[in-house]
Amino acid sequence: MIEIKNLTKTYYGDTGPVAALKGINLTIATGEIYGIIGKSGAGKSTLIRCINMLEAPDGGQVIIDGKDMTALNAADLRSARKKIGMIFQHFNLLSSANVYDNIAFPLKLVGTDDTTVEKKVRPLLELVGLKDFAERYPAQLSGGQKQRVGIARALASDPNILLCDEATSALDPQTTKGVLELIGQINRQMHLTVVVITHEMQVIKDICDKVAVIDGGVIAESGSVVDVFTNPGQPITKEFISVLLSNDLPTAFRDGAVEQEYSPDSYLLLRLIFLGESADDPVIAGMIRAFPQIECTMLFGNLDQIRRIPFGRMIIGITGEQSALAAAMDYLKAHDLRMEVIGYVRRHGIVNR
Amino acid sequence: MSADMVSLIVKALGETVYMVTVSMAIATVFGIPLGVILHTTGKGEILENAAVAKIVGSTVNAIRSIPFIILMVAIIPLTRFIVGSAIGTTAAMVPLVIASVPFIGRQVETALKEVPYGLVEAALAMGATPLQIINRVLLPEAAPGIVSQLTTVVIALVGESAMAGAIGGGGLGDLAIRYGYQRFRPEVMIATVIILIILVQVVQFLGNTLAQKLNKRAGA
Ligand SMILES: Nc1ncnc2c1ncn2[C@@H]1O[C@H](COP(=O)(O)OP(=O)(O)OP(=O)(O)O)[C@@H](O)[C@H]1O
Ligand SMILES: [Mg+2]
Repeated sequence: MIEIKNLTKTYYGDTGPVAALKGINLTIATGEIYGIIGKSGAGKSTLIRCINMLEAPDGGQVIIDGKDMTALNAADLRSARKKIGMIFQHFNLLSSANVYDNIAFPLKLVGTDDTTVEKKVRPLLELVGLKDFAERYPAQLSGGQKQRVGIARALASDPNILLCDEATSALDPQTTKGVLELIGQINRQMHLTVVVITHEMQVIKDICDKVAVIDGGVIAESGSVVDVFTNPGQPITKEFISVLLSNDLPTAFRDGAVEQEYSPDSYLLLRLIFLGESADDPVIAGMIRAFPQIECTMLFGNLDQIRRIPFGRMIIGITGEQSALAAAMDYLKAHDLRMEVIGYVRRHGIVNR
Repeated sequence: MSADMVSLIVKALGETVYMVTVSMAIATVFGIPLGVILHTTGKGEILENAAVAKIVGSTVNAIRSIPFIILMVAIIPLTRFIVGSAIGTTAAMVPLVIASVPFIGRQVETALKEVPYGLVEAALAMGATPLQIINRVLLPEAAPGIVSQLTTVVIALVGESAMAGAIGGGGLGDLAIRYGYQRFRPEVMIATVIILIILVQVVQFLGNTLAQKLNKRAGA
């Protein structure tokens, strides 16, 4: 378990002091994949680098399995670091060493003999899918392959924690997917605690259990990914999510055509979110059958997954008597879904969009 | 050119090669650690130490600012103390070494600066000690750069050894002055110049080849 308590860090640069972390509190449970998302300059890198003390915090504590990292002397810190693997945006592999020797590096540091090194490195090569690349130098690898070497190197010393600072930010979407899957697989197989730093909500959605949104050196919001995703509390969180979900409201409704008052010839727009099992239920069909006097039109629909949990999003427009609309909304509320009222638009607003 | 002239040139070439290789070897033994100290005690580096960086840095600058010919004369007492004489090929190596150590130090420092700090950081994150970082990250990664830089030092040494030769150290410089200049034998002068040119070309070629062989980075 990683407990971060009231962590502060200020940089004193040429342009005056920059408060990068202003009292961070986070608890990361053993075995979970914890995502930390924020914009550029939010303090993400500073935070993750304070976990293994690559950056010395000014105040607060980082307690890993009961041990306060901020209180360790140099030698104890070095041995604590051996149990914390780290991977980097730019991989940071030795250009002068081949893949095998790069992965063997942490083992050689502690004087492991060659036979033991071999027994350790070969399965790791296999794990990251680079069995036939042992003799290659980093310059002869693609970005994704380099990051796989980085991951294997980070795992060589059997760490309990894996820190990933923008580990996929230099990779294309396809390669990113593969690397994230590998991290997820390692997390499950080795019961490793993983901390992932990113500025992309996609990364959080694909592999994280929990997420913290960091903004201006403070945690704006945190919680399980499913909760934060389906019910974001802070504007910054909504912003991150909207980038990913694309703004799904048709353009015609975005520029002010939405009214808050009912009128008989308008559609009531509803945003519906289905989670888990409920994504399978034919709720809309049921509503149409139950209220034959209203008309329903579908404006947007999408079925996605958050960590293999089905996550459906839909925007519908319903029109009819005001009382019928209210009854239909009650019907929807009674089902296992989240509903948000967008407003009313006139019929031609839909037709002419 | 007479046979005895040829044998004189061969002997002088031997002396130059001896002076350059031995002084280079000794200077490298001191110069590489000096370069490591210059680099690693710098701001934000693994052994950051402002006082050491300042003292070592200014000593290096001071020695490097003395023209070789003056340095050579100025340290005659020291040379006499170390080798028992101020004249001869071995005596000439003392100023050569003293001039080259700070030069190598700066050149190695330059090569080490080229190693991305991310690599040092990765090693720190893996729990490496400063000495392990120097031996397993900085020096291997900078090796191609160090070799190129040392090539420059060897070439400078060839030139300085000719100067040292002029004050009784032997070698090609000595030969060119004594026969080519003082005894009006222009063919000796021309022969030494050609040999020096070839020598420098060979050194540069060997240096480039080795640096390239060590370089595993893209495009190499
Ligand atoms: N070594 C440093 N010296 C001075 N200021 C720094 C230093 N490192 C970071 N900062 C500043 O601290 C703040 C937080 O930086 P940090 O690198 O943690 O951001 P980040 O969230 O990782 O951003 P990015 O997504 O761009 O990597 C920024 O304002 C940055 O300019
Ligand atoms: Mg960063």
